[in-house]
Amino acid sequence: MATTVTKAETLVGRRLRRKEDPRLITGTATYVDDIQMPGMHYAAILRSPHAAARIRSLNVQPALDHPGVAAVFTGADVAGVGPVPCGASLPGLRVPAHSVLARDRVYFVGHPVAVVVATDRYVAADALDLIEVEYQPLPAVANPEKALEPGAPAVHPEWPDNLAFTYHQEGGEPDRAFAEADVVVRQRIISQRLIPTAMETRGVVADYRGAEKSLTIYSSTQIPHLMRSLVAQMLGLAENRLRVITPEVGGGFGSKLNVYAEEALMGFVAMKIGKPVKWIESRRENFQCTIHGRGHVDYYEIAARKDGAVLGLRLKLIQDLGAYHQLLTPAIPTLSVLMMPGLYKFRNVSADILGVFTNCVPTDAYRGAGRPEATHGVERMMDLLAAELRMDPAELRLLNFIGADEFPYATATGLSYDSGNYAEPLKKALDLVDYHRLREQQQQAKASGRLVGIGISTYGEICAFGPSPATPAGGWESATVKIEPSGAVTVMTGASPHGQGEETTFAQIAADELGVPIEDVIVVHGDTAIVQYGIGTFGSRGTAVGGPAVYYALQDLKAKILKFGELLLESSDVTFSGGVCTCNRTGKTVTLAQIAAASYRAMKLPPNTEPGLVATHFWEPPNFAFPFGAHIVVSEVDPETGQVEIKRYVAVDDCGKIINPLLVDGQVHGGVVQGLGQALFEQAVYDQDGQLVTGELMDYAVPKATMVPWIESDHTTTPSPVNPLGVKGVGEAGTIGCSPAVVNSVVDALGHLGVRHLDMPLTPEKLWKLIQAGGQA
Amino acid sequence: MKRRITLKINGKVYSHEVEPRMLLIHYLREVVGFTGPHIGCETSICGACTVALDEKIVKSCTMLAVQADGREVLTIEGLASNGTLHPVQEAFWNEHALQCGFCTPGMIMASKQLLERNPRPTDEQIRHALEGNLCRCTGYQHIVNAVRTAASRMGA
Repeated sequence: MATTVTKAETLVGRRLRRKEDPRLITGTATYVDDIQMPGMHYAAILRSPHAAARIRSLNVQPALDHPGVAAVFTGADVAGVGPVPCGASLPGLRVPAHSVLARDRVYFVGHPVAVVVATDRYVAADALDLIEVEYQPLPAVANPEKALEPGAPAVHPEWPDNLAFTYHQEGGEPDRAFAEADVVVRQRIISQRLIPTAMETRGVVADYRGAEKSLTIYSSTQIPHLMRSLVAQMLGLAENRLRVITPEVGGGFGSKLNVYAEEALMGFVAMKIGKPVKWIESRRENFQCTIHGRGHVDYYEIAARKDGAVLGLRLKLIQDLGAYHQLLTPAIPTLSVLMMPGLYKFRNVSADILGVFTNCVPTDAYRGAGRPEATHGVERMMDLLAAELRMDPAELRLLNFIGADEFPYATATGLSYDSGNYAEPLKKALDLVDYHRLREQQQQAKASGRLVGIGISTYGEICAFGPSPATPAGGWESATVKIEPSGAVTVMTGASPHGQGEETTFAQIAADELGVPIEDVIVVHGDTAIVQYGIGTFGSRGTAVGGPAVYYALQDLKAKILKFGELLLESSDVTFSGGVCTCNRTGKTVTLAQIAAASYRAMKLPPNTEPGLVATHFWEPPNFAFPFGAHIVVSEVDPETGQVEIKRYVAVDDCGKIINPLLVDGQVHGGVVQGLGQALFEQAVYDQDGQLVTGELMDYAVPKATMVPWIESDHTTTPSPVNPLGVKGVGEAGTIGCSPAVVNSVVDALGHLGVRHLDMPLTPEKLWKLIQAGGQA
Repeated sequence: MKRRITLKINGKVYSHEVEPRMLLIHYLREVVGFTGPHIGCETSICGACTVALDEKIVKSCTMLAVQADGREVLTIEGLASNGTLHPVQEAFWNEHALQCGFCTPGMIMASKQLLERNPRPTDEQIRHALEGNLCRCTGYQHIVNAVRTAASRMGA
């Protein structure tokens, strides 16, 4: 429940309801498909039904002849459009040519082949069916381990081994650690392919004004400015001739942290036909053509002493990349490697990534992006080690945590963890569930034949992306704060929130710093013609990197306000607080509105001071921020059906200082449920021919309200020293902490049957068969 | 062959010639201009397109506009009266029951119908009533809170 606040109180830290909601709850917000323009045309895209095929012939004439069709374009027509960009670079990375429409060959089901443009969306769909394509199907491979086998079909004929890259990283002396270990435990662990499934699919409207040579692209994206730079390049436009507007965005979760073929393609179409054009992705297209997440096969080895002290961790990571690199595809598994030590004192680590092409849609950033995989791996391995040593999994974790007095902590993977007290959230979570009593109850339940399990996961997360040297295209964020002549405040942020609520949290920060009511503050984002420049919203960076930019812009403004206050009060002893400048000697005051008016009227100016009250700050973070936490799950498996019931879900997260607890709760709940989706329900399934079997919401199990438990959410607070707000980021925490806690609980429930590991999703079918077979997979 | 349909939407009468194959959601959004209901899947799974037809909620993405001829439609835009939010809308706002907002219009329509049929639902009944509406952002918990508090507000 949101609280109301009187003006004198500070707003940061309060459970405020959101400023963005009135338009959303009344159905008056504008998403991309809500945009209509005079003369607007509709585009539909013909997509490959084959995972691999040669295009023998392509006849678009019947579609062109269809009444209402304005144009049809194929790969030959778009030869002048630049490739779909990959922003990640790794040594020796093989980057396939990625045209916006297929040329003579298709590489995955859904690969765009032609685009039809018509006066009406129904007509465009009709005409699509009239295009004649003759495909020569080729052998395809959809499984990354099969793709590595000798003689496997080559996804790209020029690289028969299907390897896009290999990557090695190590720290310490892993070989020695394993040689000296008392215990070594090994496990193959899968983090399956997932479909992000933002409730709004992607969509683009492109509007070209020929006389001005200017193109406007409306796109449902997380990164309007990066998109402008990259699409301008693809289309050969000067950047200042392209404007990208992000209307209301119906969820992204990383899937809209990208530049897709369709954005440039619609720009191309609008420039060709001289009319605005709209393309809205269908749900089937969204599943076939928007990036997927995860797609790991991981081989882990953990080395430890018999007292439980961990010594080393080894990982062979097979990443299913899909057929192409989207914006960050090859970079995602490197994040898993960075975070593989988790919260523990692993001084000796070694990782090898094999980045593998398959005839599938590319994988890329999906909520957590590399960190859920890493956390799932290390947290499963800690439980396997605990089982091997017959230790309590909570005790094993507490024994191996990096100490609260060891920060900043240099990890064996080259990171510097900013701040933390890792035992604290775990202890709090253990108290919340009354752990020792819970273990006794579990023993009683098990004695009576019930399959009850307790699962613990503790996670650390690299977020607030990030220092520019470590982030493609820059890791800073920008803000402009403008105090209008009336005293009203406008914040323009380069972050591009799409549900996270920064219109509210940034207004809280601005209202506190300036001492004005929150109603006087407007936060603007998502328009490259209005906002200075920006990086965007992803990697739990909106508040943690965008917030400090707003804060520092406000500090610049406050210094200027004070100068004008001194001028107007004719005093050098002035304080600015609560929205007024006060002379400390006379007690005389001037309000912010009076100062703003004087600053624009500019009859007199303070020395070396420009008129107006506008400040822009580009903030470069000195480091990432590292949130952490502990999740505990109590689950029960129904032996008759194999169904998992989550009896309790306790999440204790430390995301540093909290600006709006109501919104943080929302992020935790949503994140946890996406983690539950991975743990229990969701999997993108391609058959052996590369057909996407889970091609609609009918077949892909996004959690429904009845499928998820009540989440008990609590926090510890360890401020980050990286930024002046002390915030860390919370967008991905729930997803990262969740899946290992769930799987650990179910393995614990079935441990007496000899089960030591289970791969996700833990479907009733999988568990029922296992129970029927007495635990033997 | 186009067909004329005449129906009441949010209290006003509209009449248009439409293709028999036009979906009700496209008619509402593109012909009449009520873009509150959204298209999330076109297979009646996600519920973003939920509207009330003669006071009973339907998925307007899997219904033809001609099937609504002579009937009465209520969309999210028709819920607030004279600038006063419906208690369910108000509760969604207070309880932070939305993030990206895309599912919200459908979610609110489904919640409203539940409370009309069952003014004092249990949490389990709330979750069951919202099973036809997917939300990818909230994890549903704040939505359950919102429906519960709307129920007590409406009952008061």
